[in-house]
Amino acid sequence: MVSGLINENPTVYERKERRVRTDSTNTDEFSVEPIDQLEIFDILFFDFAIVNIHHIRDIRDPEHPYSLEQLKVLTEDSVEVDDLKSYVRVTFTPTVEHCSMATIIGLSVRVKLMRSLPPRYKIDIRVAPGSHATEAALNKQLNDKERVAAALENPNLVEMVDECLSPSFE
Amino acid sequence: MDLMEKLELVELPKLEGHTDRVWNVFWNPVSTLPILASCSGNNTVCIWEHNSLSHSWSCKTVLEETHTRTVRSCAWSPSGKLLATASFDGTTAIWQNFGDEFECISNLEGHENKVKSVSWNVAGSYLATCSRDKSVWIWEVLGGANEYDCAAVLNGPTQDVKMVQWHPTMNVLFSCSFDNTINGHSSTVWAISFNAAGDKMVTCSDDLTLKIWETDIAMMHSGEAYAYWNHLCTLSGYHDRTIYSAHWSRDNIIASGAGDDAIRLFADGPSYILLLKKENAHDMDVNSVQWSPGEENRLLASASDDGMVKIWQLATKQ
Repeated sequence: MVSGLINENPTVYERKERRVRTDSTNTDEFSVEPIDQLEIFDILFFDFAIVNIHHIRDIRDPEHPYSLEQLKVLTEDSVEVDDLKSYVRVTFTPTVEHCSMATIIGLSVRVKLMRSLPPRYKIDIRVAPGSHATEAALNKQLNDKERVAAALENPNLVEMVDECLSPSFE
Repeated sequence: MDLMEKLELVELPKLEGHTDRVWNVFWNPVSTLPILASCSGNNTVCIWEHNSLSHSWSCKTVLEETHTRTVRSCAWSPSGKLLATASFDGTTAIWQNFGDEFECISNLEGHENKVKSVSWNVAGSYLATCSRDKSVWIWEVLGGANEYDCAAVLNGPTQDVKMVQWHPTMNVLFSCSFDNTINGHSSTVWAISFNAAGDKMVTCSDDLTLKIWETDIAMMHSGEAYAYWNHLCTLSGYHDRTIYSAHWSRDNIIASGAGDDAIRLFADGPSYILLLKKENAHDMDVNSVQWSPGEENRLLASASDDGMVKIWQLATKQ
């Protein structure tokens, strides 16, 4: 068996400038702000709980010290959100077609969103159409609630996910 | 008569007590007082009883410290005396009611990993379990109900098996799976439920549909090697997210619980019309729905990711 990384030479892209969100007109602490696409991306980036700054765009690739944004696994267009319907769908593009890390990536994105979004949210995760050899099976697995629950009871998987989600201090 | 106008589901006081998502509910089939078991992601099972004086439900007993992972499914034996609980820890525990307490009298091991469903046959002589390891095990109940012998291991399914269900009158076992078996569904089939007569069943799926099937019950009883189940109809366009549970009541109302937080009721054939949609029945996915066994009560229990168990009374609007 060939040991080594799935993708030894990933293409690394530049990170986008972080947009600073200012909403100076809204000073009401209790008003409900609708969640939009940028916010989800930022969650995959910024956590509005102020204390921790977690980045979904900064979720780390399981194999390389680069973020999913840098590897273009996730872009702003990856996120479709409808706050009124409490629905979000994230489409990610693994760097190689046979990427076996795709389940870890998908799971990491789901966990990050579950931790950041209100419980009313329904979350769908999928790989970009045509981007993976076992797309249908992978999508089914990523969205099977029972499989996800069981995976999150597996300490090895949880450790890998936490590794991807831990903040990198650059 | 326009049934749709007349029915409503009235929520009775909530059953709070679980600290994690609730996967499954199961009514005790024989108890004269309503007793409900529910099982959860935090490795425990709650037994709820109704206090007729205060009209409230309380968690009478918590079954804990046996399963080391999520308890995914629970089922009372037909005698109502035993409760089987199936867990992601790979085991199935059998609990017996000794007056006020429950004791784990047996632990069935054998599956390689997560056990997802458990079902007793009509006589209470066999127990079936299914697992992520793609197999279905049949256990024979021996002697005094604290001995179980593995009678068979079935490796037919090609993917993880979500639910097993014995036929209500005959020793025929059904299973549904991640690989869409039970033909016709285009994605994972999560549950099966039979009508009281056992000649019809409903299956529910990730493909957002319910499918109704029927068989020639006379042929089944005659002992024919294989009784064919016909696909009668598909109920589509009603559910917005995965349907996790469906249950066919004794008076022929089909309840469904889905990932869109709603409970829906459908009438029996030939029309299978939608009788009622209870939106936001829970704050999160509805994982399990089950009608109470009593002829008169028409109670529906539901369990959800929001950690709640709810009991609903089916009533006619005034």
